[in-house]
Amino acid sequence: MCYAATVRGILAKSFELANTQILRSAARPKSYTDLLGRKLFLLLLTAQGLSAFALITLGVILKKSGVARDVIRPRVRQEISRAGVALLPMFLFLALALGFLVVGQTVSALAKVGATNYLGTTMVIVIVRELGPLLAAVLVLARVGTANVIELGTARALGEVEALEALGIDPVHYLIVPRVIGMALGTFALTIYLILGALGSGYLFAFLQDAALTPGDYFKQIAEALNWLDFALLALKTLAFGFFIAIVTCYHGLAQPLQLEDVSKVAVRAVTQGIVVGVLIDAGFIVLYLVT
Amino acid sequence: MSETTSIPPVIEMCGVDVGALRDQTLTVVANVNWSVAPGEFWVVAGQQQSGKSDLLMLAAGLMTPVRGSCRVFGCDTKNFGEAQIAERLRVGFVFAGGQLFNPLTVAENVALPLRYRKNLSAAAVACEVDALLERLELTPFADAMPANLSANWRQRAALARALILQPELLLLDNPLGGLGGRHRQWLRNFLDQLGRGHEFFGSRPLTIVVSTDDLRPWRDARKKFAVLHEKNFSVAGSWDELAADQNHAVKELLDEPSGAII
Repeated sequence: MCYAATVRGILAKSFELANTQILRSAARPKSYTDLLGRKLFLLLLTAQGLSAFALITLGVILKKSGVARDVIRPRVRQEISRAGVALLPMFLFLALALGFLVVGQTVSALAKVGATNYLGTTMVIVIVRELGPLLAAVLVLARVGTANVIELGTARALGEVEALEALGIDPVHYLIVPRVIGMALGTFALTIYLILGALGSGYLFAFLQDAALTPGDYFKQIAEALNWLDFALLALKTLAFGFFIAIVTCYHGLAQPLQLEDVSKVAVRAVTQGIVVGVLIDAGFIVLYLVT
Repeated sequence: MSETTSIPPVIEMCGVDVGALRDQTLTVVANVNWSVAPGEFWVVAGQQQSGKSDLLMLAAGLMTPVRGSCRVFGCDTKNFGEAQIAERLRVGFVFAGGQLFNPLTVAENVALPLRYRKNLSAAAVACEVDALLERLELTPFADAMPANLSANWRQRAALARALILQPELLLLDNPLGGLGGRHRQWLRNFLDQLGRGHEFFGSRPLTIVVSTDDLRPWRDARKKFAVLHEKNFSVAGSWDELAADQNHAVKELLDEPSGAII
């Protein structure tokens, strides 16, 4: 019996339960086409599970905004602190590094060839639209996202999620909503700091290299290259990054039935999928920039 | 003509197949027909992996039956959603091992359901929590993290957390497992008091269901017994009926395990 025929029997169950474990436990494919088919089905199942989880979380955020505020608000503040404030020192260091490595060299190079007229546009495209938000998202994923998967996966494996349900506490409301809001707001704030830090330190580096550009001209060019759409899309993009990174990591930590030994494997899978989702969101926003 | 008023059962299972928590497509207990009346104290016994925890979780509405109907306080557990939260909060559940929330202290663990579900001031919550911790001799451990507690006190903290919302039905999954002798004795006495009506809870008798893999500590004429064996659930009745049962599964649960200390 071919691999596809073997798998067909369990696919309906997999899609019904949105459970990739059922498919993963199937026999390994023997040909490249079967392997491709397996990957495709896993992708579809994961997309289905993530979409359902995102919609459920959004529904809970909207429906239970007034429920147990005394419990949820401190948890949201705690998550903002964890995904935002606690990462500030690392982000300031990275902002300086990004400024010295990328912005400073770009400014110097453009000044040398007399192309400083393009400086504002270049900085806005490279730092404000692309590098700043994407780098911030990847770092939040690495620092906070992995912690999310491990914490939630361990809580799930140790039965704490069932304990919450037994006490009449909605696990999505108590465990997921604060993380999603915290990571969305944290990523937004950190991206702003990263962009400002990188632009500032970049000019400092260029200034040290005797670039023929005054601070006034430098920031004036950047300000002229920015328009209202950049601010709106930057806010949307960073909030989307934070939201979806939280969804991917929380989904893998909470929604998948876990044993304790599965947690490390799931953490790796969550980070990989988080990066893929981040790049897809970025691609979507590039299209949006081009259209507008 | 005499008029009889029937008291609705607290738990009513009809033709229920119980699935495993980790794989709900797998049936661990089949065709359960069971009714628990208000104020009864039930002991459900079975060997390890016999499906005791799954049966209790089903009774708590944490799982839905693979087949059949399970009603708790008259409400079908398949519909145990947010709209039926009042019914769900009438059920208290103590997990084997406690399942306390590790990032919270003992007092915060106990206060959490109260803070989440009741619109009470911080002072009122603290007052209720302190009183319950005092009653369960947990006051010295109020600020301790669960990871720093022994299994004895973790289990007691889990009991406090389950009791804080004053449930009418208390389900305890293997509550004596891993406890020291003094704590086992204390817990049995406390549960007996709860079953008779403890003054701390307004002298209202609680309906109690415990699961166990050793029947001997639960010997009591007031209690009712049921046995799980090879996917079968059978109601054994009183202790005397249980002791007279010739079934080898029951005998195993009544026999003293080699090297065991009660």
